[in-house]
Amino acid sequence: MADQNRDFVWIPTFAVLIVFAVPWFLWGVDRVVAGLPVWVWWHVGWMCLCAVLFARFARGAWNRGMRVDFGPTADGTDAEAFDRDDARADGGERA
Amino acid sequence: MSLAVQLGVVVGYLLVALAVGLAAYRVAESTAADYYLAGRSLGTVVLLFTTFATLLSAFTFFGGPDLAYAAGPEWILVMGAMDGVLFAVLWYVIGYRQWLIGRAQGYLTLGELLGDRFDSTGLRALVAGVSLLWLFPYVMLQQMGAGEALVGLTDGAVPYWGGAALITVFMVAYVGLAGMRGVAWTDTVQGLFMLSVVWVAVVWVLSSVGGLGAATGAMVEARPDFASLGGGTYTPGFIVSSAITIAFGVTMFPQINQRFFVAGSERVLKRSFALWPVLVLLLFVPAFMLGAWAAGLPIEVPEGANVLPVLLNEYTPGWFAALVIAGAMAAMMSSSDSMLLSGSSYLTRDLYRPLVDPAASERREAWVARVGVALFATLAFLASLTRPGTLIEVGDTAFSGFALLAPPVILALYWRGATTWGMVAGIVVPQVAYLLLVLVPALPRSYAGWDYALALMVLAAALTVAVSVATTASPTADPRRVGLGAD
Repeated sequence: MADQNRDFVWIPTFAVLIVFAVPWFLWGVDRVVAGLPVWVWWHVGWMCLCAVLFARFARGAWNRGMRVDFGPTADGTDAEAFDRDDARADGGERA
Repeated sequence: MSLAVQLGVVVGYLLVALAVGLAAYRVAESTAADYYLAGRSLGTVVLLFTTFATLLSAFTFFGGPDLAYAAGPEWILVMGAMDGVLFAVLWYVIGYRQWLIGRAQGYLTLGELLGDRFDSTGLRALVAGVSLLWLFPYVMLQQMGAGEALVGLTDGAVPYWGGAALITVFMVAYVGLAGMRGVAWTDTVQGLFMLSVVWVAVVWVLSSVGGLGAATGAMVEARPDFASLGGGTYTPGFIVSSAITIAFGVTMFPQINQRFFVAGSERVLKRSFALWPVLVLLLFVPAFMLGAWAAGLPIEVPEGANVLPVLLNEYTPGWFAALVIAGAMAAMMSSSDSMLLSGSSYLTRDLYRPLVDPAASERREAWVARVGVALFATLAFLASLTRPGTLIEVGDTAFSGFALLAPPVILALYWRGATTWGMVAGIVVPQVAYLLLVLVPALPRSYAGWDYALALMVLAAALTVAVSVATTASPTADPRRVGLGAD
């Protein structure tokens, strides 16, 4: 349960990452820092932050919200069997 | 630098790309899944770069710097928000789910997936038809970009139509030969190439104008508004509507949507997801800053040319400028051939086979695909000669048209309650309304920078839900086919 609560944190996290990809609070600011407008530096930092958080999401909360369930299929295999195969298939990456 | 050398570099590069495609063709198996999806086997690097290079079209590579040159470097933020973050999240929400479903059910196109879920050939054809409709201006955009690039590089010695025709011939030849594997391989080569040359170009330009501070200083002196965030073209409405319509639109592009199916494993998708913002950062900041810096430099951009080739011609050796243009043209080609490849799969699998000739042989289907591609590209070429707008304008129109498809599709992927009529209403009504806005010049396209397409996206979602609730699902439709088993 605690895990599930933690998963829900990702929704506001993604929302914040999207909304502040544009630094609205710097609107009209024209300071140049180290050769670039200061909001270009914000962009640099923000993309790096996104990459770090995306990597954490991929490691810890991947598959959340997917719940893919094909139900009993014609040949009698069930969705769970599909998931197990999936887990095994992901053991090694194909080039 | 003589014209012969410039053209030699450009054509030579295109021929090398063609050779890579041929090599891929030789290892390919002759099945549809292999031709269109490279056997669903792509690894991280190839998946990342093929998606990236497919996005990296004339719109990004020439349109972006042009806009930064004319209006300021804020386009970096728009593309960062849209491409770096929002598209990545949508790649998970739409793309990863499609990948899970596609692998279990063997779908090759979005239309096939939706047609099967609702057991409706009509819906399948509708999705394919709408997609092909908006693909047209986007293919046109690549031809316009190539035409303008060669005008800029050769100072008008090669006419606009010549560049557009050159890329048309190459992309038709390429799609006929290579298939997804060839496209993905050349994309990887081209993506890496573009990334490197952009940085070399930045170093070259900056060192000849006296460094980063001097370049930005000159830019601010010439255009004081460039350093300040917002202003001019960049209203909040413009920024938000561009970012949203482009990000959602991109997910519905046939060539991007079909790439959702091609990852070799979940691990490939996870890595691509995390690396995506870094790739966006590494390419867009230098490319768009080059455009913005050019505003403070003493260069003359001829009417109808792009700023980037002109800038490079001035500040880097001629062969290098030609190489960058060749790379950019190759990038456009790689976007275009992906578009035409995916377009041809929509045409044959979702329109021709189900509607015209269900018993068509594989050979006949392949023939229809190739004739379709040639016809489509030729018509787009002819339309591109009329120069209907700037690269950004034409691109925006196509993006918004595709973006209207996204809300019904997301609902169909996640909501058991969606019905065939809900989907039809959610697709047809906003499309017709948007077409009217595009085609009737008297109607406004935006209000204070806010694109009406945003409202139409909301309308699309609302109609899909409302009509789905009001109608009953077809007895043969089955949400389990897209993984919507138990509630």
